[in-house]
This record gives sequence, C-alpha cells and structure tokens, in this order.
Amino acid sequence: MNIKLNGADHTLSDDASVTTLVSHITGRVVDSSGQAADGRKIGVAVARNSEVVPRSQWAATALAEGDELEIVTAVQGG
Amino acid sequence: MTTASTQAASTRTDALVIDGVEFGSRLIMGTGGAPSLDGLGAALLASGTELTTVAMRRYSPTETGSLFQLLVDHGIRVLPNTAGCFTAKDAVMTAELAREALETDWVKLEVIADEQTLLPDAVELVDATEKLVDRGFKVFAYTNDDPVLALRLENLGATAVMPLGAPIGTGLGILNPHNIELIVSRASVPVVLDAGIGTASDAALAMELGCDAVLLATAVTRAQNPVQMGEAFKHAVIAGRLAKQAGRIPRREHALASSAMEGRAEFL
Repeated sequence: MNIKLNGADHTLSDDASVTTLVSHITGRVVDSSGQAADGRKIGVAVARNSEVVPRSQWAATALAEGDELEIVTAVQGG
Repeated sequence: MTTASTQAASTRTDALVIDGVEFGSRLIMGTGGAPSLDGLGAALLASGTELTTVAMRRYSPTETGSLFQLLVDHGIRVLPNTAGCFTAKDAVMTAELAREALETDWVKLEVIADEQTLLPDAVELVDATEKLVDRGFKVFAYTNDDPVLALRLENLGATAVMPLGAPIGTGLGILNPHNIELIVSRASVPVVLDAGIGTASDAALAMELGCDAVLLATAVTRAQNPVQMGEAFKHAVIAGRLAKQAGRIPRREHALASSAMEGRAEFL
C-alpha cells in the first residue's frame, strides 16, 4: 500500500501496522507494548491522520492506503 | 563550628522542587544551537544541569545518534517544548506527541506570535494552558514579562511560569527587572527566567531578583567556548541564589565609610 510518511510517499506491505512502520524506519525491533526490544528508549511518537496513536496501540493499529503518518522525535531545541 | 564542607552541604539541601521532583541545580539548559551532539553533551555536563529542553521534529533515519538517549545516559531529565507552534491547537498536538515519545507529562509551552519577535502570543498561550492542564499535562508556561499574565497562567494551573528576560536568542539580558521581581513576589509556583540571557551576570541577576531557576540555551551552545560558558553559568546561578538568600545591603544616595573615623592618628 502507499502512504505518506513525514510528508513523503512511502510504500509498505498491505498488512503493515504502526509497529511495522516504526520498526522499519528506526531499524529497531519493537515489542507488542511499543518499546524497543533492546531495552533502550525508542523516543518516537506517531500521529496517523492527525491523531496520536498511543504506543500501546501501535501493534493493533493497521495502516490503510492513503494514510498520512507523522513520526517525530526529540531534537535540539530551547 | 561551621566548616567549609558543612556550608557546602547546606547549600545542597536548597533544592529546586517542581511538581514534587527535586533538582540540585537551578540551571535548566536548552539544547538548541549546538553544532554537534558530542559538544552538547560536554557543555551540559559542565553546566551541571539536571533538566533540559528538547524540541519535537520529524524523525530522520540519517540523523546520527539520539539526543533523547544522550540525555537518558547522562541522567538528565527531559522537558519537551512546543517551539515553532503559533496556535494553541498545534501546541496541544505537539505536547501530545512529546508525551508519547518521551514518556513525560511535563511540557514547556511556547506559543509564538510571529517569527520576527518570537514573543509569546498571550491569547493562544492562555487557551493552550487551559487545554493542556485539562489533559493532565504539567505546563511550564513560557510567557511575556507581564505580572498579570503570569498570575493568570498560574491560576489556570500552570506548574511553573517562565517569563522572558528579553526576546529569544537576543542575549540582551533582563530588560525589565522590576516586572520580574513583581512576578516573583506574587507567584506561588516556581518562576523560571527564560530567554534573553547573554552572559553569566544575567543569570546571577535573575536569581538575585528571586527567580527559582534560569533557563538558557544559546548563551552556552553558541558561546565561543560552550563548555567553559556552561561552567560559568553553573557558578552564576549558585552565586545569585546565595546573594538573594544572604540579603543585599540597601542602595544609598551617599557614601558610607566602613572604617571608623575615631582613633585616627593626627599629623602636623
């Protein structure tokens, strides 16, 4: 399926969930509670079609054709 | 007898308490403006800060190293901001994302009016504070140096109020010390002087005016020697706090000799 990720076109397998996407983008294994399996902080949040998807719902949230996803993280700032 | 070491111990018990969390350092560092993560880490350590702000932006896979992980590794608590938001709606959405990403309900609320002044938009700020408090956030409200607005934000449930010394990034210091004193005198939540700090004496002045803490970023990260400037601010904040607690002498119109006039030798 085709989605928008952070404003750019992105193609994913049809059965992708938010977990699949986060794992794919960050290169980390993400467990069913939305934490990185390596025990270190993953430090990202996901909005799907302008709604925040809580970490606990990542695995259960299936993506759909045309979804608009934003993945954000902490960067330097005052 | 009071020794130097027991004196030092007594200053360590003068903790900054925000939302039940104790901080030994009253210097809150922003992380903006540093050219590299390594340099930033060294400056943060030199400053002795225990709380730092971060911004929330789109994740980039090409970015090397994680700022959040750096802070976690150094045991520095993170305070996400809503920098770049011009409306209450955007600020609430950014705060929600930060809460999810960084697992904290603390947020430095910045709602900016325009890019030229970067001054807070009071109307949007009040609206956003109300909405975020309703959603369970601990709001650190970045505000104008307006005693009326500061009190209004506190009454809406802000956890801390953060009046500016001067516009963001200007390094002009504290333009209206009287207003800052007035804000402090009426506040029952922590007052953090935020923005406009240029050099160490500005931070000392903020503490002498009675602020509970000082927040600054570019004064350190864009200094010619950020590590040394971070250390300078560490001492400035401690000095200002001690001076405030020690009680300064009153200002006088005329000179007052400190040496006695009696008993002087007489010469022909």
